[in-house]
Amino acid sequence: MSDFRISRSEIVPAEEIAGLEDAASGAVVSFCGRVRNHNEGRAVTRLEYECYEELAVSEGERVLGEVREKFGVGKVRCVHRTGDLAIGEPAVWVGVAAGHREEAFAAARFVIDEVKKRVPIWKREHYPEGPAEWINAAPPEGA
Amino acid sequence: MRVRVDYFAMLRERAGLEHETLETRAATPRELYRELAPRRDLPAQTGLKVAVNDEFRAWDWRLADGDRVVFIPPVAGG
Repeated sequence: MSDFRISRSEIVPAEEIAGLEDAASGAVVSFCGRVRNHNEGRAVTRLEYECYEELAVSEGERVLGEVREKFGVGKVRCVHRTGDLAIGEPAVWVGVAAGHREEAFAAARFVIDEVKKRVPIWKREHYPEGPAEWINAAPPEGA
Repeated sequence: MRVRVDYFAMLRERAGLEHETLETRAATPRELYRELAPRRDLPAQTGLKVAVNDEFRAWDWRLADGDRVVFIPPVAGG
């Protein structure tokens, strides 16, 4: 199975972390992004994620390849949800196993930052009142 | 030539469809976008990216018959 996945069903961090076993890695760092009940001062009731799966997977794999090369990590995996998500549900999970904590933290940070910037996934926020809105989270180039 | 265009997220909603196959004389994604924008109520091209056959490409990439083109609004994963 690919190390970068799109999932239509719930992400279970405990199951994901099991895929990071590596006898040479003394440090494991994982990050879980969850659905928050507010954004920019507005209450949020749920989120909807949509993706362009073929390109999302290839671009996600490219990010993981860069991480392996740049940080020399033992294992790195990432999974992103699509579909309807309730408040508190995991939307994205990143896990890294590396020799030491410095590269494990740095690699995990790199993965989530690059995935948010580059991978073709979109989210739509739903509010207690008013129409749902697609969010432009990525800053403009060079920002 | 014939190309297939797929729409995602806000572009899908504005266009009111998920994909279409059309005959076009557009030689590049830039020309194709210019052709489709008024018909499909698409926003200005600024800030969008484009993929041809599931690879990111420049707006001046040469299109070929049978290509799949996807216009990519600013992404918002995480």
